[in-house]
Amino acid sequence: MTQSKYFLSDGLLTNGTSSDIQIDSGYITAIGPNLVAAPGSIAIDLAGSIVLPGLVDLHTHLREPGREDAETILSGSRAGSKGGYVAISAMANTYPVADTAGVVEQVLRLGQAAGYLDVFPIGAVTQGLAGLALSEMGAMADSPARVRVFSDDGNCVFDPLVMRRALEYVKKFGGVIAQHAQEPRLTQGSQMNEGEISAKLGLRGWPAIAEEAIIARDVLLADHVKSRLHICHLTTAGGVEIIRWAKARGIDVSAEVTPHHLLLTDESAMSYDPIFKVNPPLRTQRDVEALREALADGTIDIVATDHAPHPTEAKECEWQDAAFGMLGLESALSIVNKTMVETGLMNWEQVAQRMSYAPARIGSYTEHGQVIAVGAKAHLTIFNPSVSYRVDRDLMASRSRNTPFHGLELPGIVEATFYRGHPTLLNGALTSAVHA
Amino acid sequence: MKHLLSIGDLTKSEAILILDTAQELARVSDGPMKKLPTLRGRTIVNLFAEDSTRTRISFEAAAKRLSADVINFSAKGSSASKGESLKDTAQTLQAMGADAVIIRHFSSGAPQRLADSKWMSGAVINAGDGTHEHPSQALLDAFTIRKHLSMGTSDLTGIRVAIVGDILHSRVARSNVLLLTMLGAHVTLVAPPTLLPVGVESWPVDVSYDFDSVLSEVDVVMMLRIQLERMTDLFFPNAREYSRYFGLNRDRLSVMKPDAILMHPGPMNRGLEITADCADSARSVIVEQVTNGVSVRMAILYLLLAGAMDQGISQ
Repeated sequence: MTQSKYFLSDGLLTNGTSSDIQIDSGYITAIGPNLVAAPGSIAIDLAGSIVLPGLVDLHTHLREPGREDAETILSGSRAGSKGGYVAISAMANTYPVADTAGVVEQVLRLGQAAGYLDVFPIGAVTQGLAGLALSEMGAMADSPARVRVFSDDGNCVFDPLVMRRALEYVKKFGGVIAQHAQEPRLTQGSQMNEGEISAKLGLRGWPAIAEEAIIARDVLLADHVKSRLHICHLTTAGGVEIIRWAKARGIDVSAEVTPHHLLLTDESAMSYDPIFKVNPPLRTQRDVEALREALADGTIDIVATDHAPHPTEAKECEWQDAAFGMLGLESALSIVNKTMVETGLMNWEQVAQRMSYAPARIGSYTEHGQVIAVGAKAHLTIFNPSVSYRVDRDLMASRSRNTPFHGLELPGIVEATFYRGHPTLLNGALTSAVHA
Repeated sequence: MKHLLSIGDLTKSEAILILDTAQELARVSDGPMKKLPTLRGRTIVNLFAEDSTRTRISFEAAAKRLSADVINFSAKGSSASKGESLKDTAQTLQAMGADAVIIRHFSSGAPQRLADSKWMSGAVINAGDGTHEHPSQALLDAFTIRKHLSMGTSDLTGIRVAIVGDILHSRVARSNVLLLTMLGAHVTLVAPPTLLPVGVESWPVDVSYDFDSVLSEVDVVMMLRIQLERMTDLFFPNAREYSRYFGLNRDRLSVMKPDAILMHPGPMNRGLEITADCADSARSVIVEQVTNGVSVRMAILYLLLAGAMDQGISQ
C-alpha cells in the first residue's frame, strides 16, 4: 500500500489566504486554516509557497516515437513534473506522425507508463503534416486517447480550403484546430525576425506579417464556419491586435504565448548562437511588451511552453544549420513569475487561469484545471517565489540541454508537484511516478 | 584585438592603422624582394567552405609574402547535414596547430561561431560569411578610395560613395557601409526596393531607387555583382530590366564627376551590372583593387598575428 495521505500546511492560495490542505487517495479532502492532519498523513510545510492548481501545457514536443535521442515521453514527463506540470500535450510532429489512432494510443500508453503526469496526444490535422489531406481525426477523437486538439505544429495548415474543412470537421466531436500561423511563401528559408537585427546580421528574415496574415485569415474562417480555433505561440504585436478584434467580435478563438517570447528578443541573435533560434522567432521589445499586456488582459488566454528538445549537435553548429526550438517545461513558471508577476502585470489567480484553468478548458482536459477545493483531484503545483536559482543546462530533467536560459538567474522555484495526490516532485527533486 | 569578424569590431583608429600598414607593405610589394620574414614558422589555414578563387589566392599571396606556411582547406559543401561539422573541422585545425584560420563560409555568423567557441584557439579572420560581412574587402576598398581621393587625410571625410546593386544579399555592402561611414564618407545605397533589407532605415546611409539621380553627385561608384538566380526569386523581372535601371553603361559613365572612380569587388557579370567598356575604362580601378587586396590582407595578418595591432593602438 503506497502512501496516499499528505497534509500540506500553511500554503498561500491564489486568493491570498493561507491554508492547510489535506490530500487523501488522490483527492483534496479538506481545505482551510488550522486543520488537523488526518492520521497517517505525511506532513509537508508550505510556508512561503504559493499553491497553484496543477499546471497544464497545451504545447509540448516529446519527440517519441522517432527521436528518442532528443526526448522520450518519460524524460519529457519528468521535465514537466519538475516544472510543475501535471498535464502536457504531445505535439504530432513525431516519426511516424501522430496522424492515426494507433500512434496517439501509443503516446497515451507511454505517458501512462511513465506516470509522472497526464500526456494528452495532439493529433495531426493533415496526413503526414503535409497540409494536403485530412488525417483521421474522428478515429483519433474516438480512440482511448480521446484527442480533442489537432495541430500540424511545425507546419502551418496553409491551404485555406484545408483549414476551412478541418475547422468544420472537428465540430463533430468538439475539437479545436491549433494553428501554427506561418505563411510559408513569406518565410522560405527564414532564420530570424525580419527587422533591423536581421538586416545587420545578414540572416534571412521571418516577417511578422507572415504570422498575422494567417491569424487574420483563420479567425475569419472560424467565424464563417462557427468553429473553434486556437493560435499557437503568438509572437507579434499585430497578431495580438487581430486576436483582440476577433474576440470582441465574438469569434471562438484562443491564443497562447510561450515563456521565451515573453522574455527574449531578436537581439539575442547578435551572438549567432543558435540556442536562440526558434520558430516562430524571437521578436522585438515592442512585441514582447504587447504580448505581456495581452496575456495580462486575457487577449492571450494561456502560456504554453512549445518545449522543443534537440540533441547537442543540432545546436552546436552554424545558425543556418541549427534546428529551431528551445526547452521550456522546467523554466516556464519562473519566467512567468519574472515577466508577469514580479512586474505587477498579473497576480497568482491570473497565473492559475493562464497556466491551468484555461489550457485545460481549451484542451477539454476535464480532470484538470479545477479550482482547489474539497472533492477536486489533487493536482497541485507548489511554487516558492522568494527563492531564486541559476539555470543549469546540465541539471535538466529533459534528455536535451537546449535551454536559452543557461546561466540566467530566475526568480522562484517549483518546490513540489502533486499529480493525482502523489508528489512526483518534492523539495525541488523528482521522487517517483504514479502507477495505477 | 584577436580576430577580425566584422568591421564593427574595429575602432576608427584601428581601421586607419590597417590602411596605413597596408600602405607601408605595398611599398615592399613594389620592391624587388617581395617577401618579409615576419610570420616565418606560423601556420595559416584558408578554410573555404564556399567557392572563392580571388579572395583565397589573395589571402594566400598575402600570407606567403609574410613567410607564413599556408594550408588550403576546401570544405565545400561541409555542414551538419552534408558532412563534417564546423566543430569537428575546427578541432582538426586546432590539432594541427593552426595559428590563424581565414574562413569563407556560406552561413552568416560562421566565423563568429568559430571565434566564440572553445573549439580552437587561433585567430579567426572572416573572409566573407553568407550575407553578413566581408571585412577585408571593405578595407581594401577603403584603401583604394583613400589612395585616389583623400586630400592627404588619413580618413575618407567628405567623400561620397554610391554602392549599387544587390544590397540585401551583399556582405561587401554591409562591411563597406560600416567602414566607409566610420571613416567619414557619405554612403548612398542604390538598388531596387526588393534588394534592400527591411531594417535598412537604421543604417547610417541614404537610400535611392534612382541610379541616375545619384550618379553625378558621387566620387565613387561601387557596383555589386548581381546573381542571376535572383530573377527566379522575383527580385526583378529580368536581366534587361535590371541593367536598364541599375546597370553601369557608357551613358551613365559619362555623367560621373570628372575625378570619380569606378569599383567592383568582382567577379563581374559583364553586360549585366556593368558593360565591358565601363569595366575597362580609365575610371575603373577594379584591377587595382585586386592588387591592393594583397597589401591590405598582409596588413591584417601582420597586425593580428605579429601582435602589432595592440602596440599600434597603445601608441
